[in-house]
Amino acid sequence: MFYREAGDFKTTYRDDGQTFPIRLDRWGYYVILAAAFLVVPIYIDAYWANAVLVPFLIYAIAALGLNVLTGYAGQVSLGTGGFMAVGAYAVYKLMTSFPEVSIVIHILLAGGITAAVGVLFGLPSLRIKGFYLAVATLAAQFFLVWLFNKVPWFYNYSASGQITAPTRRVFGYAVTGPTTSAPAKYLICLCFLFVLAWAVRNLTRGTLGRKWMAIRDMDIAAEIIGVNPLTAKLSAFAVSSFLIGIAGALLFAVYLGAADANEAFGINKSFLVLFMIIIGGLGSIFGSFAGAAFLVLLPVLLKNILVGSFGWPTNLAAHIELMIVGALIVFFLIVEPHGLARLWQLTKEKLRLWPFPH
Amino acid sequence: MKLKFTTLAAGAFMAAAPAMADLVVPNLSYRTGPYGANGTQYADGFNDYFTLLNERDGGIGGETIRVPECETAYNTEKGVECYEATKGGGALVYNPLSTGITYQLIPKAAADQIPLYTPGYGRTSAKNGAVFEWVFNAPANYWDGASVAVKYLLDENGGDLSGKKIALVYHNSAYGKEPIRTLEELAEKHGFTFSALPIDPPGQEQKSQWLQTRRDRPDYVLMWGWGVMNQTAIQEAANIRFPMENFIGTYWSGSEVDVQPVGAAANGYKALTFHGVGMDYPIYDDMKQYVIDPGKASQGGQFVGSVLYSRGMYAAVVIAEAIAKAQELAGTSQITPAQLRDGFEALEISAERLEELGLPDFGPAITMSCENHGGSGMARVQQWDATERKWTLITDFTEPDQDVLGPLIAEDSEAYAKEAGIEPRC
Amino acid sequence: MDQLFFAAEVFLNGLMAGVMYSLVALGFVLIFKASGVFNYAQGVLALFAALTLVGIQQGQVPFAHLINAMFGTNLHHFGWTVPSILAIALTAGIMVLLAFLIEKLVLQHLVGQEPIILFMATIGLAYFLEGMGDVMWGADIKTLDVGLPQGISDTVETMTADWLGYGFFLDRLDIWATMIAALLVAALVAFAQYTKQGRAMRAVADDHQAALSVGISLRFIWVMVWSIAGFVALVAGIMWGTKSGVQFSLSLIALKALPVLMLGGFTSIPGAIVGGLIIGVGEKLFEFWIGPLVGGATENWFAYVLALVFLVFRPQGLFGERIIERV
Repeated sequence: MFYREAGDFKTTYRDDGQTFPIRLDRWGYYVILAAAFLVVPIYIDAYWANAVLVPFLIYAIAALGLNVLTGYAGQVSLGTGGFMAVGAYAVYKLMTSFPEVSIVIHILLAGGITAAVGVLFGLPSLRIKGFYLAVATLAAQFFLVWLFNKVPWFYNYSASGQITAPTRRVFGYAVTGPTTSAPAKYLICLCFLFVLAWAVRNLTRGTLGRKWMAIRDMDIAAEIIGVNPLTAKLSAFAVSSFLIGIAGALLFAVYLGAADANEAFGINKSFLVLFMIIIGGLGSIFGSFAGAAFLVLLPVLLKNILVGSFGWPTNLAAHIELMIVGALIVFFLIVEPHGLARLWQLTKEKLRLWPFPH
Repeated sequence: MKLKFTTLAAGAFMAAAPAMADLVVPNLSYRTGPYGANGTQYADGFNDYFTLLNERDGGIGGETIRVPECETAYNTEKGVECYEATKGGGALVYNPLSTGITYQLIPKAAADQIPLYTPGYGRTSAKNGAVFEWVFNAPANYWDGASVAVKYLLDENGGDLSGKKIALVYHNSAYGKEPIRTLEELAEKHGFTFSALPIDPPGQEQKSQWLQTRRDRPDYVLMWGWGVMNQTAIQEAANIRFPMENFIGTYWSGSEVDVQPVGAAANGYKALTFHGVGMDYPIYDDMKQYVIDPGKASQGGQFVGSVLYSRGMYAAVVIAEAIAKAQELAGTSQITPAQLRDGFEALEISAERLEELGLPDFGPAITMSCENHGGSGMARVQQWDATERKWTLITDFTEPDQDVLGPLIAEDSEAYAKEAGIEPRC
Repeated sequence: MDQLFFAAEVFLNGLMAGVMYSLVALGFVLIFKASGVFNYAQGVLALFAALTLVGIQQGQVPFAHLINAMFGTNLHHFGWTVPSILAIALTAGIMVLLAFLIEKLVLQHLVGQEPIILFMATIGLAYFLEGMGDVMWGADIKTLDVGLPQGISDTVETMTADWLGYGFFLDRLDIWATMIAALLVAALVAFAQYTKQGRAMRAVADDHQAALSVGISLRFIWVMVWSIAGFVALVAGIMWGTKSGVQFSLSLIALKALPVLMLGGFTSIPGAIVGGLIIGVGEKLFEFWIGPLVGGATENWFAYVLALVFLVFRPQGLFGERIIERV
């Protein structure tokens, strides 16, 4: 009744091809954006920023990145943690070597460096496919983490091998380091996410995105119709790694503040991000957001319910939490293998008809 | 129990909860994940001592102590979340039992002005209170441990280690790398050859490292391990028939869980400790009467008296003493984190005080000041007896070699001060 | 000369370590072959089996922590111990039950989905089983003792010392593991070749639809394959559990098996064995010689890089089926 497209006429191709063709959607999008940029920063406190919102924004960037590679180009990667580590160590080296340059540039450069590394590790994808490729990307994961652990130059020869983010400012507000306020952390991540999501959305509906999808659906067929698998696959690796590198840089510099390669960027991180895009929906921008939100919020929520409301011992709660997360993943895959994005789409279809059955 | 967790939850979701009318000492514990078996015992000891104070003395200075527990799984991100979730509830001090989480919290805690107490772990150079205003790591740190171990070996060899070979088997993480610098310096000073063998966490597969050891035949092996790595290393050392008396673990490689799975072959294995072990202390009479028998022990009291339990309890003892000191200094029983820092800096735990607490000769005497946040650094060596299934202390508290450690600590803390833009105080 | 002996010793130990990896990889291959599922939960299955075995052996009360938390009781043990053989048999029974439940509750609903979806489902399963194992039996480190010997083998050492003048180091547990693995593989091959169910299993592996059309019940085969994989996991769990205690990290041995699979091919049992041996020897020799030069701890990545380099030249692994693509 309220959600409908009747009377919403398109008079230009441009109108017809826009991201949110339905007026209500478009308005919803503007409202959410306005709320995210204007309202949330006023009310945000340290707990919400650090436990929920900042990790959500950062993981959403990482999920977007992996979704480009896995969801759009069909190359399954388990090297996300390693690529995030590249971003983190790159930004650390840049921050400490050129303190006078703006942190925003450093983060972008860190993304660029990660993109280069990603292309390098993407080369085998031209020969290796499917699960073999997934396992092969683990080589990147383990090798990169080992490298950052072993070569003292990467962590500026500190005794313990930990890297710590110094304070850097944007427009006079600290965005990294211990004195960063919650709104500053939140806003810098939000800005990056907004710009990147916008860019990815437009990339994926352009030529490049179509090439990726052709490769995903069947690479031999795509090659025959004139898509060059070399450039398509490597560009997917580059774009994906760029995003993941930025996520890693933000995770280290803005969110954690200090990191150790083994612990912060281990194999679990790779799996976590892969979960996000599968639960959210492969090949969907909305899915990346939904998946990240789901997997960041769920554990916090479960912990608060089990330990908080039921008063269970923390270890029991943590184990039950694992069981619930596992069971939910299986449940989601059974109910809707195409993820939350598909569920959202179905809901919208239903809403268009509601409350009339036909 | 119930109430405790409900209040935590309220604090967790509405972080701006008003400060409660009691003393809050959050326990960032880990009872799950690869290191859960170790973390559980420590957390139990930590909880039980505060329960004892609440039950027996009605808290500290008449104020009840609340110990909300938060599970970190030894994971830095969950650690940060736990910190943020609990700090709103008026948390006085944090003890996360993880070097990784400590590194995260050092800048955060300084910004929030909440003390960190990291006995035997964390950032070693935090001993320099002039730079690390909010971090305390008495009675001993990693470098103290390395030095005490070498000193012990010097004693064994009549004061001369020249020409000996000493290898370090370490957990390939921030924690494991800590002692390398110190050991290199000490190798130079005493003329022994030093080599380091990293083991990637979790560390179930160490065959090649021990084959290397078998080839190189070091005279002594030191170990900086945690979790499953410890017992695997001890097992592999036994497999290659490395003499257990020449194998010395750090504080965190010397608990029951590390040696028991290996059985009789672990007999004679040595480890450092900065506190006593076992149940032969008067405090356990009270513990039994007020905590264990009424069924108030944390998680059923399965581990009472174990090494890690004792260590958790010891950390709680020091925190409780610091709180008492802070109350005395501030003239109020309801102290703030900043007042607690003053309490830590004025803290003095003498041998007599330990005896009063029912823990005679349990730990070294601790004196802290504005400059010195690390106490004396004294530690002792214990040895595992596999037939009796218990640890026995074989040396007295030994002083580390401050001539070597002092400059290293100054250097590292100055580097941090420069990096973080801190003006040294005191 | 000494260097040669050291190398030979590392080589032999690498072979034995390889056998341990193969044991885990075997479970993966069985399931992948029969149902096309890349079962990430294999490592957790090994952990779960080992936890259950110790729990039964020591007479632990399952879900003790949960019961205690809910009813305020203080239960831990039944107060009896079960002999090893009986406990192993009971655990094997539980693994069969588990296989049945997995088929009924998970796989049945996911028939015909893309491989990546099935893969994710097994990761979900891994989480679930990991939590469940801990809730059932507690998270403390447990000692597993089913009577397997451990430590240096004196016979081998004295024998080689007499012959060659250098006593070789071989772990008795590794020797046993090798023998048990050989037996297991022989039994699996015999089962696949000479029994009706085994032949049905091979038929399903070759072609699902053709197998269905000749009247083979896919569901039965899947339950059977998962049961066998569960049993292989139990054997792997016993070996690894004896070696380093039964605790959380045991589930991470799955990561050791993945490069073995890449190298050997996902669909080949001999591939899992040979791949395991190559990886075992390769990583031990590399860590032994090159490791000290580059700072050590290379084992985690070396196996993967070796497999990666290998795959670039042979994308389907050593013994994998050739990938033929048609438009």
